[in-house]
Amino acid sequence: MAITEQELEIFRAVGNNEKTAIESVYKENYTLIQHFVVSNNGSEDDARDIFQEAMMVLYEKSRQQDFELTCQIRTYLYSVCRRLWLKKLQHNRRIESQVENFDRIVPVEEDIEEHEKLNGQYLIMRTAMGKIGEPCKSLIEAFYVHRKNMQEIAGYFGYTNADNAKNQKYKCLVRLKKLFFAQYKNA
Amino acid sequence: MDQLQLAELVERYLKGEMDIAERQAFEQMRMNQPELDQMVVEFHYFLEEMDRYGEIRRFKSNLYDTHHTLQESGEIKELQLDTKARIINMWNKYRRVVAVAASIAGITAIFISGMLSLFTPKAPFDDIEELRRKVSNLEKQSSNQRAEFNRFKTKIEPGTDVKFGGTSFLIDAKGYLITSAHVIKGAKKIYVQSPAGEDLLAEIVHQDQNADLAILRINDADFEAPRQLPYGFSQSQTGLSEFVYTLGYPRNEIVYNEGYLSAKTGLGGDTMSCQISISANPGNSGGPVINKNGEIIGILNARQTSANGVVFATKIKQVYQLVSELKDADKDLNIKLRNASSLKGVSKSQQVNKVQEHVYMVKVVLG
Repeated sequence: MAITEQELEIFRAVGNNEKTAIESVYKENYTLIQHFVVSNNGSEDDARDIFQEAMMVLYEKSRQQDFELTCQIRTYLYSVCRRLWLKKLQHNRRIESQVENFDRIVPVEEDIEEHEKLNGQYLIMRTAMGKIGEPCKSLIEAFYVHRKNMQEIAGYFGYTNADNAKNQKYKCLVRLKKLFFAQYKNA
Repeated sequence: MDQLQLAELVERYLKGEMDIAERQAFEQMRMNQPELDQMVVEFHYFLEEMDRYGEIRRFKSNLYDTHHTLQESGEIKELQLDTKARIINMWNKYRRVVAVAASIAGITAIFISGMLSLFTPKAPFDDIEELRRKVSNLEKQSSNQRAEFNRFKTKIEPGTDVKFGGTSFLIDAKGYLITSAHVIKGAKKIYVQSPAGEDLLAEIVHQDQNADLAILRINDADFEAPRQLPYGFSQSQTGLSEFVYTLGYPRNEIVYNEGYLSAKTGLGGDTMSCQISISANPGNSGGPVINKNGEIIGILNARQTSANGVVFATKIKQVYQLVSELKDADKDLNIKLRNASSLKGVSKSQQVNKVQEHVYMVKVVLG
């Protein structure tokens, strides 16, 4: 089936982390994936985890310049979820069952491998963040995750001015960098 | 040049915040000093990773919120699989196993009954009376033993400095407890006292000072895991003025208190917590805040000393986030928060009765 312009628009918007797009993809596809996972030995929580991981893959793909969506979002998500879930079933050595068939599946093996690599890097940063301690963790999160400006951060953390907060941020950043590379070498 | 200045320079350079002259000067410096260039490359990579980390965190939190909203509006709901289909499914899958098991069982049964009738001596009738008395003797003995068992001996060595820290409760029947991080601050050893009065050794799985949460795991052979927890963990926002209650150990005895949600944010507009009007005392920290449906909506953690009955609780959303973060970091960690509460529509006293079995006193041995 051809991909509509609207579909491509939503795909792009997911990459920009736009809430409405995420919601519409969620609404249209969650039940399908939920049904797939739950009727193949999975729980409700498994369904949510698998779907959200597939959304991460979709997000990464959308941000990637050289990736072109060649099938419907629904087909893509289903293919990724199916692969992820099979992997998980095998990993847990549950009884390998005949996973029910679906007519349209696209190959996503490489995409998932890539996602796992990216996720590994993300986890390295997360471990480093977990080790840095307070107030550094909150400070860095406020800036890089919640995108607060230095003025707001100064107010929130009780620094007398934005410059002081900035100084503190760089101190934390240098520490985090050390932790990050230490973690990186171990990984 | 020290790392601090360098970090700032590199960040400005990479974000394109330098003007042309500054940029050219910086690039000149890079050309002339290979070790500086090396640092810039390293920093570049690190900052890219940092930005990516931020993006992923934002995306994940968006996903989480979306799931939450859709679940609340009922657009996605738990799937009710046709039980019949499920059973047939299972039957199809395990048909062969069942057949093998059944035939083994059958053969064994025939064999044993054959052996029994072969070897059983013909018992004289007057033995029976004596046997019965023995049983009743046994019964008496075992009831004595049971009474002995019920008087738990404390495992905490006498003379240790125990601070009766606070309250915790099970979030997963496998023995995972949640409490406030400040309760276990500086702990060398942690014991949790079950509602029956038994001390169980617990270890810290994770603590998050920022959200004031800590996850403990009971690590004690005497711990009997309950089959299932009666309460669920709320997935929706609690409205202002809604009824809530809590259970905790402000003294050596479990204490019930009730109140209502008075603000959706905590001290100073803190969105991670909420404000509750309830009577709470030191020792209540780490206790569950439960709504009328038997769903946990938060963890009690602080009260305002200048006002009466103003208490703050960490929102349950923080617990969800913490658990999912932990699971991301450690794939083998098996904590599941139950959504559904089996206490919906159950009377208050019955609810409290069921919930209190899973609320533990935290005893901290300071190092």
